[in-house]
Amino acid sequence: MNEPPAPDPDALLKAAQRAARGRLKIFLGAAPGVGKTYEMLGEARARVAAGTDVVAGVVETHGRADTMAMLDGLERVPLRQLQWQGGTLAEMDIDAILARRPALVLVDELAHTNAPGSRHPKRWQDVEELLAAGIEVFTTLNIQHVESLNDVVASFTRVRVRETVPDRLLEAADIQVVDLPPDELIQRLKDGKVYVPAEASRALAHFFSPANLSALRELALRRAAQSVDAQMLDLVRGLGLPGQWPVAERILVAVSDHPGCESLVRTAKRQADAARAPWTALNVVTPASRAAQAQARLAATLALAAQLGGEVAHVPAPDILAGIKAHAAQVRATQIIVGKAQRSWWFKLRHGSLVDRLIRETPGIAVNVVPIEGPVPAASAALGRPVPLAGWVWTLLMVAAATLVALALRSGLGIANVSLLYMLPVMAAATLFGLNAGIMAGLASALAFNFFFLPPIYTFTIADPENWLAVAVLLGVAVVTSQLASRIRAQADLAATSARDNAVLAGFLSRLTRIAENDALAQTITTEFARQFDCQAVLAGPGPDGPAQLAASEADVALDTMAQAAAGWALVRGEVAGHGSATLTASDWLFRPLPGASGPLAVLGLRREDGRDPVPPDQLPLLAGLIDQAALALDRARLAGEARQLARVEERDRLRATLLQSVAHDLKTPLTIIQAAAAELERGSTPALIATVRAEAERLKRFVGNLLDMARVEAGALHPMPEPIDLTDAIAAAVHDTRHVLGDRPIQLDVRPDLPLVRLDPRLFHHMLINLLDNAGRYAAAATPLAIIATRRPDGLDLAIIDSGPGLPDGHDPFTAFRRLKGSDRSAGGTGLGLAIVKGFADAMGLRVTAANRGDDATGAVFTLHMADNLLVRTPAEALL
Amino acid sequence: MSARILVVDDEAAIRRLARVALERAGLAVREAENAREALLFANAERPDLVLLDLGLPDRDGLELVPLLKAKGLAVIIVSARDSTSEKVAALDLGADDYVTKPFDSEELLARIRAALRHRAGTKAIAPLVNIGRISLDLAGHIVCRDGMEVHLTRKEHDVLAVLARSPGRVVTHKALLAAVWPDVTDPPMEYLRIVVRNLRQKLETDPSRPSLIRNETGIGYRLSSD
Repeated sequence: MNEPPAPDPDALLKAAQRAARGRLKIFLGAAPGVGKTYEMLGEARARVAAGTDVVAGVVETHGRADTMAMLDGLERVPLRQLQWQGGTLAEMDIDAILARRPALVLVDELAHTNAPGSRHPKRWQDVEELLAAGIEVFTTLNIQHVESLNDVVASFTRVRVRETVPDRLLEAADIQVVDLPPDELIQRLKDGKVYVPAEASRALAHFFSPANLSALRELALRRAAQSVDAQMLDLVRGLGLPGQWPVAERILVAVSDHPGCESLVRTAKRQADAARAPWTALNVVTPASRAAQAQARLAATLALAAQLGGEVAHVPAPDILAGIKAHAAQVRATQIIVGKAQRSWWFKLRHGSLVDRLIRETPGIAVNVVPIEGPVPAASAALGRPVPLAGWVWTLLMVAAATLVALALRSGLGIANVSLLYMLPVMAAATLFGLNAGIMAGLASALAFNFFFLPPIYTFTIADPENWLAVAVLLGVAVVTSQLASRIRAQADLAATSARDNAVLAGFLSRLTRIAENDALAQTITTEFARQFDCQAVLAGPGPDGPAQLAASEADVALDTMAQAAAGWALVRGEVAGHGSATLTASDWLFRPLPGASGPLAVLGLRREDGRDPVPPDQLPLLAGLIDQAALALDRARLAGEARQLARVEERDRLRATLLQSVAHDLKTPLTIIQAAAAELERGSTPALIATVRAEAERLKRFVGNLLDMARVEAGALHPMPEPIDLTDAIAAAVHDTRHVLGDRPIQLDVRPDLPLVRLDPRLFHHMLINLLDNAGRYAAAATPLAIIATRRPDGLDLAIIDSGPGLPDGHDPFTAFRRLKGSDRSAGGTGLGLAIVKGFADAMGLRVTAANRGDDATGAVFTLHMADNLLVRTPAEALL
Repeated sequence: MSARILVVDDEAAIRRLARVALERAGLAVREAENAREALLFANAERPDLVLLDLGLPDRDGLELVPLLKAKGLAVIIVSARDSTSEKVAALDLGADDYVTKPFDSEELLARIRAALRHRAGTKAIAPLVNIGRISLDLAGHIVCRDGMEVHLTRKEHDVLAVLARSPGRVVTHKALLAAVWPDVTDPPMEYLRIVVRNLRQKLETDPSRPSLIRNETGIGYRLSSD
């Protein structure tokens, strides 16, 4: 965990983009008249003095003398005059500024709308262009023009401005707030120092009320702070720095199983809304065990938080305070909301006030204490846990043993040492069986000590007051030891639980990451959940009509109508539904959504046969963790699937394009010949052309057949229907159908009649053979011999087609579509699809097809179909006679 | 009187081509371009044989097969559809044969002759069949090759007998299996393959280039008629 945190690439990218662009500085004011322009000019002059090349692009002085004076000595780029409906309007001349290329340009009134006919409708777009050109820009802006605050401002000022500036400009800018207390601003207004258009004066009178100005001022300050925070976060992430960086509001609400915590969550939501801040509902998982009912209340409270848009966090910690502190530091919370219930003075005395300690131990974080109503649930029972009967017996036995030892050694031991001896059973009992047993041991030891050793002996009277001390010490040791021991045990339990949960999560994750394929992933998810929680699990995703079952932990799981409805609800709303939730509780199943970037990816359904809650309350945090992991894995598989799909589509498109080119050529050639030959025949030309027409027609027929076959292969639309076939039949039919192509080539057939039948799709196999023979006929010269040889092998049957052609060049894969040997005669050629079809059909039927050159002296290619043993059919001897 | 053939096809060019080929072979031809016309002419003119395209504009040709067969006509399917299941379906519905487009006109004529012969033969099965060097006496269970009696097993004889009942016509695997193994439910195809293989060993001149019992890929067997 201590390795240096890696810089966040997004943050670095943002920084890099800012570096190339010009910087933007916004002088942000709460209202007109606070002196933004003046302030901007002042800073500009300072920059001029520092040697920066500054020009004024546009500055609205509104005729005020002090502002005019500030403008003195600054270079000004003349405004551009635009003709508009008979009048003339002056706008900033962006082209002139870009041509002038200053280091810094002043552009007043960022929210200004440009005159019609300007390059950009809005001035902030001009500014973006200047920034993109690498020029630094100073500009001014009033808070009511910030887009995200437009509604808010309008709601209390009753003045809605239409000219707004997108927030992203502010996010990338340095913001300087030009602040003026409301009273002074109103005074300035009265003094006529604020420019107010005459027609708007009445509306503005209301606008400039002290209340409005205060609110606007607060907004401006807060917006500036928020912007600083965002940039600082980028900076922190970019550097990978850990550390306490205060950010804009971040609210943490600590919840427990207390029934009043729901109102606490609502309070947090309201405050978060008010501060436009993210918020988290925190459940500190302490060793204290809780009743199932309390767990259910806690789960309901957390569900409410999630529903209201809060994050939910489970943090294991030895006690509430430590958990809150740790999480507050981790998420950089600025506010913590805790509830305070009325407790007895005794409880406060024993535990101290949590609130007081929280305030003391989280400096810099505001702690809001909200009183909550309702009975306090039973306090943690970790210390005073019940002692089993055997514990009592053991305790007494140990005290008795200590007494016996002490009696035996009494002569050699002083009274003080005897009392020390009694420490042993007290500490042992406290450690092993808890506080109650420890106190019991202390009392028993004190009594035994008193009875056997303190004078007067064999009475329970204590004569010497000093000996009271010995009794008190024994009791004190019992209490302290048992406290310590139980705390250590509790922490060990917690660590063990936490380690176990982490191990489960890690194991789950590693099993999921190994699977890339969607169905297998869904299956693994259900199996894992079923195993982990010892229940039935089902995964359902969005289907064409309602939720569709993707996988189930057991084969016979089927969702009834009610379960379907609950799954649908969870899927559409992204909320928990079904058994034990707030919705459709009649269902046996509990459905939890697996969240994705845009709505639930799927829903996980869990059910127990015995009708109990599928997940015990104390395992809810683990369930949440596992669900998050499952969702991530599903999302990853979905993305991978989409990428694969895309790659397939691209590959198919590429093949189609190639095919089209190839087909166009190969189809046009025979058509041309047929057309020309027919025309010749019409004119009474030689009948020899009839043979040509016939041959070309054959060729066309073959092309079209191949195209259809290839389309089937590519579309994955091959559904082989295997049946036992006799190779003799298949070969004879193929030889018959290719007789025109093979012509006068002698064919040697070596297919023994006692070979087993082969289970193949007869039609696909026929086409394979035709294509192989056709290929041999095309590459081998006329009248060269051709052999078809079937050989029985121990592991199957090989069928070889051997030609006497030129053979295959090295490194050539003849089974790739659209590949044809260079130099092969075009006129005898085809689309080069034949062998690709052979391969496609072979794959579909489970055959293996290989190509090689002849091993003997002659040249030529050997195409072999390997039929594995499982394709062969044993010859049935019976029933034939 | 020459046999009358009804050519049913919506493509005029195909009809014209069929007419030229059939008339050259001395057959009388009537053309129909859709199912309605086909049924009309089949009723009115009682042709001997119908060449039927499956892709008709008004009705699927397969539906016409039983109607035409019910009138006692021979039916040969001529279609561009070449899926084996469709061929088998047509044959099971009673079609006498199946020719795939594009077709060879000589082959078409051979099929027509076989079908007509079969149609004439259904009225009285000829007990003696001679094909090349083979002569079959179906009634007497005697098969001779070059005049010498060849011993066949019972199943071999049965298969040969079923094929010989309609020489030149394709008989589907299903029909053969059902006829030869009537007491076996769903007899496996390998029975038939092995029996045919054995028959070839005994009867064919070159068993690896069978010319007597022809294979129709994926559909059935056909006994040579010449």
